[in-house]
Amino acid sequence: MKIGIVVFPGSNCDNDLFCAFEKQKMYDVIFLWHKDTDLPKDLDLCAIPGGFSFGDYLRTGAIASKSPIINSIIKFANSGRFVLGICNGFQILCETGLLPGVLIRNKSTKFVCKNQMLKVCNSNTPFTKLYNENEEVNFPIAHHDGNYFVNNETRKMIYDNNQVAFKYHKNNPNGSVDNIAGIYSQNHRILGLMPHPERRVSSEIGLDGERLFRSLNI
Amino acid sequence: MKVRVNIVLKPSVLDPQGQAVANSLLGQGFNNVKNVRQGKILDIEFNSNEVNINMINDMCESFLTNPLVEDYAIEEINT
Repeated sequence: MKIGIVVFPGSNCDNDLFCAFEKQKMYDVIFLWHKDTDLPKDLDLCAIPGGFSFGDYLRTGAIASKSPIINSIIKFANSGRFVLGICNGFQILCETGLLPGVLIRNKSTKFVCKNQMLKVCNSNTPFTKLYNENEEVNFPIAHHDGNYFVNNETRKMIYDNNQVAFKYHKNNPNGSVDNIAGIYSQNHRILGLMPHPERRVSSEIGLDGERLFRSLNI
Repeated sequence: MKVRVNIVLKPSVLDPQGQAVANSLLGQGFNNVKNVRQGKILDIEFNSNEVNINMINDMCESFLTNPLVEDYAIEEINT
């Protein structure tokens, strides 16, 4: 599989995400620049990393969601191929409309940076099939705008289509609706999540994130 | 032509920043403060004097605000 990591001005988890895929020794991983207008023809997954694209000016993810590369990512996603957005990547995917809802300021007003327990809510997707249903995992979170917000109508649709990917477990660090930490698109081929699985792919600090990067190749 | 776009969070959306400001004002002795909602203002200057309001609405709805959580109002301002 060929994986493209999209780099925006202000991305800062791009190298971590690159390494997380690369160290599985099963992917061809490349960087893409946000001003690219076309994606490589043989790309299988487009990954949008964490960071503070464009300084989070205007609204988090808003300016990046209008970058030249976004139109081709929308076409790529609409053709049924894989898109992954982590942290700022999740915020950008919500701003593009590829995922429902929006991430707003944490309820506490504070930036939170800590380990966080999560529950895997749907282990029957391309991203999570190596996890058990309701498995508890520990991924770090590091964000100021992680408070997931949807209206009631959209929330019902998310549950009806089994689109909740991860929920915060034991505590809610940011005020998200129903403790939601990550969601899928309707076809479960686009995943956005606030926590950082790419920071848990080594035996020294934890391997809970590794299976997310391996699931895709199965 | 110049317009001012006022952006506020919808009344149904929690505004923790506004609450923090309100709490601070109360702590400073401004006891009559009931609530604060924090928003933002964008002053946009155009090249021409005639600007289509639909175009400004389009800018606001597609980019300057997220209609899920924000409301906006446009006013013309004099320089």
